[in-house]
Amino acid sequence: MIKIEPESNRSNWSGPSRLRNAQGAATGFLLFGCALITIVTTVLILGVLGGETISFFRVSKIGMFEFFTGTEIDFKSARPRFGLPPLLWGTFVIAVGSSLVALPIGLLSAIFLSEYAPERLRRVLKPTLELLAGIPTIVYGYLALTVITPWLQSVLAPLGIRVEQFNAFSGCIVVGIMIVPLVSSLSEDVLSAAPRSLREAGYALGATKFEVATRIVLPASFSGVAASFILAISRAIGETMAVVLAAGSLAQIKLNPFTSIETMTAYIVAVTNGEASYGSAEYLSLFAVGMTLFFITLCLNMLSGAVIRRYKESTP
Amino acid sequence: MNPEPRVGGDAETAPRTQSQSSPTGDVSALKTSPAGDSAEAIAPPRSTDAVLETHNLSVYYNTLLALREITIAIPRNRITALIGPSGCGKSTLLRCFNRMNDLIPGARSEGNLWFEGVDIAASSTDPVTLRRRIGMVFQRPNPFPKTIYQNVAWGARINGYQGDMDELVERSLRRAALWDEVKGKLRESGLELSGGQQQRLCIARTLAVEPEVILMDEPCSALDPVSTARVEDLMDDLKDEYTIVIVTHNMQQARRVSDMTACLMPDEALADGHRTGVLAEFSATDRLFTNPKDPRTEAYITGRIG
Repeated sequence: MIKIEPESNRSNWSGPSRLRNAQGAATGFLLFGCALITIVTTVLILGVLGGETISFFRVSKIGMFEFFTGTEIDFKSARPRFGLPPLLWGTFVIAVGSSLVALPIGLLSAIFLSEYAPERLRRVLKPTLELLAGIPTIVYGYLALTVITPWLQSVLAPLGIRVEQFNAFSGCIVVGIMIVPLVSSLSEDVLSAAPRSLREAGYALGATKFEVATRIVLPASFSGVAASFILAISRAIGETMAVVLAAGSLAQIKLNPFTSIETMTAYIVAVTNGEASYGSAEYLSLFAVGMTLFFITLCLNMLSGAVIRRYKESTP
Repeated sequence: MNPEPRVGGDAETAPRTQSQSSPTGDVSALKTSPAGDSAEAIAPPRSTDAVLETHNLSVYYNTLLALREITIAIPRNRITALIGPSGCGKSTLLRCFNRMNDLIPGARSEGNLWFEGVDIAASSTDPVTLRRRIGMVFQRPNPFPKTIYQNVAWGARINGYQGDMDELVERSLRRAALWDEVKGKLRESGLELSGGQQQRLCIARTLAVEPEVILMDEPCSALDPVSTARVEDLMDDLKDEYTIVIVTHNMQQARRVSDMTACLMPDEALADGHRTGVLAEFSATDRLFTNPKDPRTEAYITGRIG
């Protein structure tokens, strides 16, 4: 035994009590339980999705090939038809279109906030931007329907372009605005976290503020910025209400952005609100679409994890 | 033509003109009009060999006086050491010379500060051009998260270097005594190197933009003795071509490497929680360490304070 306490003070110390040991054990159990709940929930959701997806293929007699290549959705006729591509197309258009809006605006605001804005302005501006994320998505949809689309119609009508009441373009704009704070806020965090020593090294070599921001800070924070992009795209893919209200629910593949589309999430809403009876092929198609959505989001999350790991080594 | 007649030392700096931009052009770019600033601006002193000079320079961080009335002349092609206890403003003084303090909100200076006769602190002086000519090496090695090659080439590239980049990178790495260790792995990350190598990489990066002065802020404090010795040897090589100012906590180091030593001290009269630095003594290193004139310097170098 090593004597840590002087002999005379030894009686003042009781050593680790039973209570403390019990506290440690209880805390461990509690934390493990919380972690377990999330895992169990995920597994159960996956189980339900997977099971119902299999039932869908069995009940509807639709083959995998048709599911992934068909372009029609029709459960009314004697032989039900279901093809995912129109829904994938709708989701793809919203993801790409809203990214075109959100990624540049988000990244540029992040660079402005972290590198250019004076501290006082930053403290006001950042929470204001984050407020955008707090607006209910249904409000964005309503905004598209009552403000953006009528405006587009009045601007584009003289040019001979017909804008439908529900159109992909408005959907992309509102979803884009909605996800700007995700990009700007997360990117601003990683940009500000770039070490001051790196910035000073740049300035000491005679770099301007712009060169330090774009050629030192941004590359050094690449993994975090890329992760914020992917997160924002996932959000756009999963977005439902704003898209339903802005872009409608008409499953079709058309290159014209001023026509209606239907995303996977919008399809799920439409079927849920419809009169599909429990256990029917149409009802079960929800789960097949949900499973696809889950898979896409999972892939994006894994991609963002891989990006972070891949570039983590290159940043200090 | 160079509007500022330089009296001495030109011959020594002349060989360093391989860069495309001529030093003369740089001087005129930096130059502020003589009558431009306040009427009481003191005319730049015409010492024969001073590169950097300050006259009654005081520095504030917001309302805090960090340095008071420093008057010092940094001689050309010499190594000048700034020593003194922690918190006496050595780094603050160093960072005045390339206006690095501009980056700190609330920092401001009073008094005069010249580089080759040009008023450094004037608003008409471009800090970007100034920093190209006055390089800086930091306390902790801070290579960019880029390859070794890019680390060296980066500064030269943003400053518009038109010559052969491969040649410049090799020359800078050789000058920093790092070439033999990294020549086979120029495409690897600069962060893979050891601490001492990283610091020499940072020196190579600084040399690549062909500055006239190199400021070093405790460049060896994060290095082991072997790496420290290599950096010190390197400084001795470099002083033929460059003017070096080094902040160090290590009095042996100041004694080993420097020609001139400035000893800064916290002003006891103002010691109300924070410290205001003043220049206690500035003289040839040998004289300062063997025969200090100022009692505070003597107390510090003999280990009685600080």
